[in-house]
Amino acid sequence: MKARAKAAPPVRRDRGLAVWAGGLAAGFILLLTFGSVVAVLSRAEGGLTLGAGDWAAIRFTVLQAALSAALSVGLAVPVARALARRRFAGRAVLVTLMGAPFILPVIVAVLGLVMVFGRAGWVSHLLALFGLAPVNIYGLHGVVIAHVFFNLPLATRLILQGWLAIPAERFRLAATLGMGPGDIARHLGRPMLRATLPGAFMVIFLICTTSFAVALALGGGPRATTVELAIYQAFRFDFDLSRAALLALIQLAISGAAALLALWVAVPQATGAGLDRTVERWDAATPGLRLLDGGLIALAALFLLLPLLAVALRGLPELASLPAPVWAAAWRSLWVAGLSVVLALTLAMAMTLAITRLRHRPALSRGVEVTGYLAVAVSPLVIGTGLFLILFPLVDPVALALPVTALVNAVMALPFALRALVPAAAEVESRFGPLADSLGMTGLNRLRRLTLPRLRRPLGFAAALTGALSMGDLGVIALFADPDGATLPLLLFRYMGSYRMETAAGVALLLLGLSLLIFWCLDRGGRVNADL
Amino acid sequence: MKYLLPLALLATPALAQDRPVLTVYTYDSFVSDWGPGPAIEKAFEAECACDLQFVAAGDGAALLARLKLEGERTRADVVLGLDTNLTAAAAETGLFGQHDLGDLSLDLPVDWEDDMFVPFDWGYFAFVHNTGITPPTSFRELADSDLKIVIQDPRSSTPGLGLLLWVKAAYGDEAPAIWEGLVDNILTVTKGWSESYGMFTEGEADMVLSYTTSPAYHLIAEEDDTKAAAPFTEGHYLQIEVAATVASSDRIDLANDFLAFMLTDGFQSVIPTTNWMYPAVLPAAGLPKGFETLTDPETALIFPAGEAEEARDVALAEWLTALSR
Repeated sequence: MKARAKAAPPVRRDRGLAVWAGGLAAGFILLLTFGSVVAVLSRAEGGLTLGAGDWAAIRFTVLQAALSAALSVGLAVPVARALARRRFAGRAVLVTLMGAPFILPVIVAVLGLVMVFGRAGWVSHLLALFGLAPVNIYGLHGVVIAHVFFNLPLATRLILQGWLAIPAERFRLAATLGMGPGDIARHLGRPMLRATLPGAFMVIFLICTTSFAVALALGGGPRATTVELAIYQAFRFDFDLSRAALLALIQLAISGAAALLALWVAVPQATGAGLDRTVERWDAATPGLRLLDGGLIALAALFLLLPLLAVALRGLPELASLPAPVWAAAWRSLWVAGLSVVLALTLAMAMTLAITRLRHRPALSRGVEVTGYLAVAVSPLVIGTGLFLILFPLVDPVALALPVTALVNAVMALPFALRALVPAAAEVESRFGPLADSLGMTGLNRLRRLTLPRLRRPLGFAAALTGALSMGDLGVIALFADPDGATLPLLLFRYMGSYRMETAAGVALLLLGLSLLIFWCLDRGGRVNADL
Repeated sequence: MKYLLPLALLATPALAQDRPVLTVYTYDSFVSDWGPGPAIEKAFEAECACDLQFVAAGDGAALLARLKLEGERTRADVVLGLDTNLTAAAAETGLFGQHDLGDLSLDLPVDWEDDMFVPFDWGYFAFVHNTGITPPTSFRELADSDLKIVIQDPRSSTPGLGLLLWVKAAYGDEAPAIWEGLVDNILTVTKGWSESYGMFTEGEADMVLSYTTSPAYHLIAEEDDTKAAAPFTEGHYLQIEVAATVASSDRIDLANDFLAFMLTDGFQSVIPTTNWMYPAVLPAAGLPKGFETLTDPETALIFPAGEAEEARDVALAEWLTALSR
């Protein structure tokens, strides 16, 4: 081995560059996350203490996040399997639409859920026809339902990517060996899930740890106090910056531990190479399985699409009469989303390459990866306040409102981008790495001819997710914005605050439409000529 | 003249740029296109030869937190949108200056004595409902009813904190018992007013914590007379929204001019139908048509600024205990 390494110095140099770029990206994120917490801490007076209420908030946060992640992933397994082995008209549209809850602004999603599952919602009306009592969604189960609504689509997509990464040759082989659905699950499904599930669980767990508005509204009261709400209280009720920063650090510690655990549990998949042929599933052709899969897809679609339909129906009459500032804000939001995509993909690619190249040093590789997941676990309030404190002495933060929002949105989307890219990049390396090495394909050449083309699908998905998330997220703009510089979500929020619920509903529909359009275009862009 | 004309042409854009800028920090909904911000900016700029710039930061509590973060280096000349629950904490920062308006002539339901903070509007907290139901007339009656209410969390919302102080001001040591009685009426608690009000208009709850002036919005802006505020015999908690100059401002005279303008018709006549609150000084034309239909509480409850903070901490602990069971 030594001799080979000596014989190919360009390879080493090239790897060094990727590692440096990835390390730089990771360092930047560490600076952003811990820097903002430290900035808040630097303005704190008084000691670091937590009350009994804070500990209760920490317990509830971990409980609801773990339940939400487990249920989202658990339900996503059969739904993804059904989607992976069925072909039907409108499947691509359904897959995109089912991803929409994930990109909805929180306040819109809560109202959509309430319109369908609330006391006066569609489901309760239906139950009343049969003389049954209305459903009660308020409580821990409500929090979990809402988080599953948000995250089931993400979990489904991540597992679906896993199914699609299994070479078609495997299924052909399975068919010639006469394997049934049970054998396929054992020999192909299970190893793939073993590699995919921990990561999916972890990402969803992380998102749910910073939940606040959803948890409170559907949790039914202060029993559903999360760490993020405790941070709010420390910040605006007591102006106790040290407690706010301490709680943010605890949030980070919980998330860091969860991320490390997930990476440690996950077993990288070794499927071997295939020829990228279309998968045909002979195993699932029985009527019983067809019915099962059809039923599962229909149920998931109903659960995810009905609240979206409610939001759309409410906004439709208003769409034609939206005031002029809405269109200006829409343009601003598109601009922010575009910048977010560029930033997120740059960071994610640098980190992905570093993670892949550092495989022989697992501790370092995992370190870089965990860093990428951390940002999503920082309290949005603390990161916004910290950035404000860092920028304020230097420049006018208001002037930087849009770029800063784009940057924070990009970093928040990084975990999803990494989840999509890292497994795919690892597979490219294991399948084509030795061949590329022996051809002396290095540096930009290797990136352009091998890595990027092979990563086109996950890159498209990552870009789509980042763009749509950035579109719909309020982000830190609320802390920075001037009156004429609002993005679409901020405008929506302001309209609701001035009683304009109808106009806000119109804005919500526009936002949903634009997010979906971005998602569709970028996701499709990554799948030209591909069969999904 | 020959020489003056080109000079005048050159001078015009320079003049526009040289207009002093007055920066006013306020809350988010104030600057929305339907909020008071745009009309007030136009009216003040017409008489001040200045450029009025609003900076929006969340709500009243977020506004104060923002100013504390910025300290004396703040760009703000005026802060507009704190309320009486925050003024004591705000005064403690030492960041605010005294106004030079002398004795204020105000139309508030209570006396006002403060040499720092000037009220610009006010309103009563109340439960808003659809006219189809028979509303309760007190917290006790509400607790005994089957009605479902949505309220806001006092830790993240201004009206939420208002309700907390309302119950405390009306019931004192009995407040915990009132909250325990209300537990089964509280459908849920939301982060902010918008979520609550949205849930109410979707028909999810019978009543929502808002203001006595909320029905005026539906009546005037939507010609919908099906919303009303339930009058409570205990009286209603008063929210007085105030503004003050920032002591470190280098345009302190202009800042004081703005506070003076704030109490004139140019500002006050905009308030009722944009901020949907009562004006601090009744405009010459009176209140807009429709406001006469609103619930007018007989008793106004309010903690003096100095006592609000202490009452707040006690009331929050009681509220958390009662609702966490």
